This record gives sequence, structure tokens and C-alpha cells, in this order.
Amino acid sequence: MTTVIEKNQKSGRLEVGTPLLEVKDLHVEFHTRDGVAKAVNGVNYSVAAGETLAVLGESGSGKSVTAQTIMGILDMPPGKISQGQILFRGQDMLAMKEEERRQIRGQKIAMIFQDALSSLNPVMTVGAQLGEMFRVHRGASKKEAREKAIELMERVRIPAARQRVGDYPHQFSGGMRQRIMIAMALSMEPDLIIADEPTTALDVTVQAQVMDLLAELQDEYNMGLILITHDLGVVADVADKIAVMYAGRIVETAPVHDLYARPAHPYTKGLLRSIPRLDQKGQELYAIKGLPPNLLKVPAGCAFNPRCDVATDLCRTEIPKLHQVTDKDGKELTGRRSACHLWKETLHG
Amino acid sequence: MAEPILEVKDLVKHYPLTQGILFKKQVGAVKAVDGVSFELGKGETLGIVGESGCGKSTLAKVLMNLERATAGQVLFKGEDISKLTGAALKAVRRNIQMVFQDPYTSLNPRMTVGDIIGEPFEIHPEVAPKGDRRKAVQDLLDVVGLNPEYINRYPHQFSGGQRQRIGIARGLALKPEIIICDEPVSALDVSVQAQVINLLEQLQNDFELSYMFIAHDLSIVRHISDRVGVMYLGKLVEIGTDEEIYENATHPYTQALLSAVPVPDPEARANRDRIILTGDIPSPANPPSGCRFRTRCWKAEERCSTEVPLLAVPEVLSGAAKHQSACHFAAVRETAAA
Repeated sequence: MTTVIEKNQKSGRLEVGTPLLEVKDLHVEFHTRDGVAKAVNGVNYSVAAGETLAVLGESGSGKSVTAQTIMGILDMPPGKISQGQILFRGQDMLAMKEEERRQIRGQKIAMIFQDALSSLNPVMTVGAQLGEMFRVHRGASKKEAREKAIELMERVRIPAARQRVGDYPHQFSGGMRQRIMIAMALSMEPDLIIADEPTTALDVTVQAQVMDLLAELQDEYNMGLILITHDLGVVADVADKIAVMYAGRIVETAPVHDLYARPAHPYTKGLLRSIPRLDQKGQELYAIKGLPPNLLKVPAGCAFNPRCDVATDLCRTEIPKLHQVTDKDGKELTGRRSACHLWKETLHG
Repeated sequence: MAEPILEVKDLVKHYPLTQGILFKKQVGAVKAVDGVSFELGKGETLGIVGESGCGKSTLAKVLMNLERATAGQVLFKGEDISKLTGAALKAVRRNIQMVFQDPYTSLNPRMTVGDIIGEPFEIHPEVAPKGDRRKAVQDLLDVVGLNPEYINRYPHQFSGGQRQRIGIARGLALKPEIIICDEPVSALDVSVQAQVINLLEQLQNDFELSYMFIAHDLSIVRHISDRVGVMYLGKLVEIGTDEEIYENATHPYTQALLSAVPVPDPEARANRDRIILTGDIPSPANPPSGCRFRTRCWKAEERCSTEVPLLAVPEVLSGAAKHQSACHFAAVRETAAA
């Protein structure tokens, strides 16, 4: 416990607001037998220390592929980064040698995966898995590594950590396993954590525990957090800003309050209207028509146009730019962008 | 409530835990469902919510007679169906059908859509005579919003939402009176969930179906249900109309569950009064004595560990708070959960 905090004071945590990660015009494609699937198609986003960016999207929107590319764990082939930069504190990680990359991965940027059971090694004790980080990166002895593992388990509030350090993953419940994943991500005190659907496999009461823990740790260490999810409820609870993805592109970015109050893209608007609310008994739900597109055959123009209620001929031919969103007087709204030809009508109409 | 079409009385399902290879002896039991009673009215939707491991899916299986009940009764129109066998069971099953959670594994990948939806007719030929079956299947496809020309396609040619529609069409094939939906939308994308929920509601109106809707998503359950039952570790802890449960919950577990649900509204973030439960759900093989929730409950006292609270209407409460709740200290929380 103490050692972790001491090191923090020595190294000094990053100031809140220090830019950490910037993804610039990222393109990732998958070469398959049936053709080229453009999974990520010109994505830009950034995260600063202490900030939570939520990347919201359905399956196939490219949200997880972007995260895997940042981590450098994308399967290549079939994946291929065709264009773009990923700047971590100013350095382009895509231009680095694998050796340099390894220094960042795990130590500076860590990832939490959705399914804790399949992400943990079933034949290693959790203590050994947690300690491995210290053995590999810090050259710790077995005994030291074990002590560190216990510290970390206490840090994420696993009861009776000292007794349980020798247990195997299957002996823990789902929520406890996800805590171990969080502990593992925290072990090197990273500047940035990428959490890919961290609570999707958990029950609501456990989900609340885990999200609370994440928020608390983030606050304590001033970490940046990229939260990848499809759950509009979880996002509303924790995010500072949101990027909504659809078919490999960001269609809207906004601070969390603005997005829920006044969406500037028809897809976001549709999503918000289509979810039943716990605190409201609604009538018939609004349903977005149609299905998410096949990435091998993305519709021409705006990818959302076949499902959109307001699509015009322009939408069917021209891909919309990510427009800066302004209020009625033409004043720019900070952090708000929308990739819709009709964002004005959507926002103000 | 309309006259009950399905009545469940003290239903129990225990799975034996055995020890030994040659001479098996029972050393205990997983009490998956342990004394559940409720009624389902005609044309009504009863939502069942609870966390994983609370027994809600086992309950569905026992109602379908896919698993034999250890004790208790399931009355369908007054007749106990839990002990039926052979032809009598087959006849009753026609009236109770099921829609499963995972549209990827619940459809046979080597059968065409026509064969999948038409298979119930093989078992119950009286519903559609042989010559009319193709037409009947096409009608069903049309009813669930799929193109009738898709009849010769295979499941892998459809998306998740479309597959779930196929599953629903199969459930409708025998013109049942009750459909048990076990997590029918949880595997679907958000934008597709609404389509399937609207379809289920529309079918209910068109065919006067009664639904038992099992889900872990409390928002969806509220949307679709007339009444809601909350399960914890094999028991119903609270049951009532949606307003009684969602606005006036009296059981601590229901209150905690409701407060933990993320609401898609950042403005509500600050005003919410959340209860974060500690610990995990205990093992159903060895549930706590007395009230099963007491190990995670902030209201627990001595009495809770000795006396099992019965699911009953607490005398002291009034108004919407006056509904069945299995807690010694049932009371509405002062602050709204959401």
C-alpha cells in the first residue's frame, strides 16, 4: 500500500488537464475474403489527465478496434493501419519501434477488458498474475511481487487479500475478477486507462460497485480514462465528454450534459429516444428503423442515411464532415461537433 | 387483474449435490427456486427481475416443464401441469411457448428459416394441416416483420435482431396463450432492442398473449410489464404493479437494485441517492438462514437471521406501498431512487 503512494509523491501525478492521448485521422481496415472492411475511418479524439472520454457505439462501430490500435494489440493481419497518428504525450506511437512501444504499453497505458474470466490465465494464481507485472517491468523478486499483489488487491477492495492471493481466477466471482483486472491495470500506475465494456458482463449492483471504484481511483491518480461502451446509462453516470461512433466514424462529440440535453446528430437523437427509462413509464418506444450497416457494404454518403428520418439527397451522395456546432447566434459551442449535413435542423429544429 | 391464466403455488426446484462415484449420496442441494408463488392474468405481462443466479431462468424452465419441479404446483387454467406426462403434457405445452435469450445459439444453423418456424407443426399437426404449412410459415414471417420470401434462408444470413424475430415467430407458431420470454433483447444492439420490444407489445395486442418477461434490465422490464416480481436467491422478495415496485419499493433489495441502475440522464447524476451493496450474492447451495438478503442488507437485525420473512402485504403500510413484500422492516424509502 504505502510504496504505491510514496512513488506517486516522488514522481508527482500529472496535473488535471494535461493532454495525454491524441488520436489523429486513424484509419484501420480488415482484409477479408469478401473484401476490405473499413472498421475505423478517420477517427479523431483526445483525452487529458483526469478526464473521462466515453466512446459510445453499437457492435461493429469501430470503438473496440480503435482501442486495440491504441494499445497496439490489434491482430495484424487481418487488420491494417492504413493511415493516421496516435500521439501519446506528443510522441507518435505508430512510428515507434516495438521495443519503445512495450515501455508504454502496460506501464503508461493500461487496458481493462470486458470478460475478466477469459482475460485471466486460468492456471495461474491471481497473485502470480498480478505480481508478474512487477517481475517483468520492475525486476522484483518473487516475494516482493507477492507483497505487491496483496497491496493491489487491497487497493481494489478485495476482502481477505492475503488469504486469497493464492486463489485461481475461477474461485472468484465476476465482480471480484473484474476488480483483479482493474488491479492489474493499475499496478504500474498508468497515466491512461482504456476500459472496454468493463461492466457489461456484470449485474447492476456489482456494476455500480465497479464503476464507483474506477471513478474513485481515477480521481486519486488523475488518470485519463477512455470508457468504451454501448450503455447510455453508464455513460451518463461517469463521462465528461462523449464521442458517438457509427460505422467506423465519429458522428458526434459533445460534453456529456449537452449530448443528452440536445443531440446534434439524428443517430444520437434516435438512440436516446429508443431506450426505455427506469424513471419514466413510456408509451410505444421510438425505434430506429433498419439495421447497423455491413462494413463491407457501407452505404454511400452518410452511412446512417438509410436509417435516418430526415435524410435528403445530399446525405445519400456526400459524406458529411465533422462540423463545428454553433448555437443559434453562430457562437461556437466548445467540444461539440456533428457529422450531419442537417446538424442545424437537428439541434435547433 | 384479469382472471389468472397461470397460477404458481410454492414452486420449488432443488438440484441435488451428490458425492461419491459408485455409491452416490446426496450431500445437499442447490436451491435454485425455493417457494415461489404468483399469478399471471390473461393478456397481462409479468416481469421477473433479478441478478444472475437468482433463479429466474430456472423458474422459466420449470414453468415450461423442461425441468421437473421438486415440489409445488403450476396451475394452467386451474389444472396442475407440473406433474403431467405424455400426451397431456404435449397438449398443454402447445399453449405455453418460449422465446430464448441468445438468437445465435437457439436456432439450428443447418435448418432453413421455414423448417425452424414450421417444426412446431410437425409436433402438433392439428394446428396447420400439411398442405398449408408453407403458407402458415410465410404468414408468421410477415407477422414478425420479416420478408416472407426469406423462407428458404439459413439463420446465419440474418442479423441478431432478425434472428430474434425468427425465434418469436417460432414461439407464435402454435398460437399459444402464454409466451415466456427469457432475456429476449439482452443480446441485441441498443438501436435494435426497441424494434423487438415494440414487436412484442404489438403481438400481445393482436393475439391477446400473456407474457412472462424475464430480464435483468430493469428499465426494459418497467417499459413492458404490467406487474413486476423481484427475485433474490430463489425467492420472490417483492411483487406488485410497476408503480408499486418502481415508485414505492418497500424491500431493501429492490431499492438497492433500482438505485444501482444507471439512468441515461447526466442531470440526474448529482441528485441520485445510490445504495451501493457490499459483497456478492451468496451461494444458493448454502443460503443464509432467515432472510436471504440479510448478509448484504443495511437494515438487518437479529430477527432477520432467525425468522424467514414471508411474501405478504405489510399491514402497517398504505397506498401504493401496500403490496406484497418479503421484509420484516418493509418501508418506502424517503428519497426517490432514480
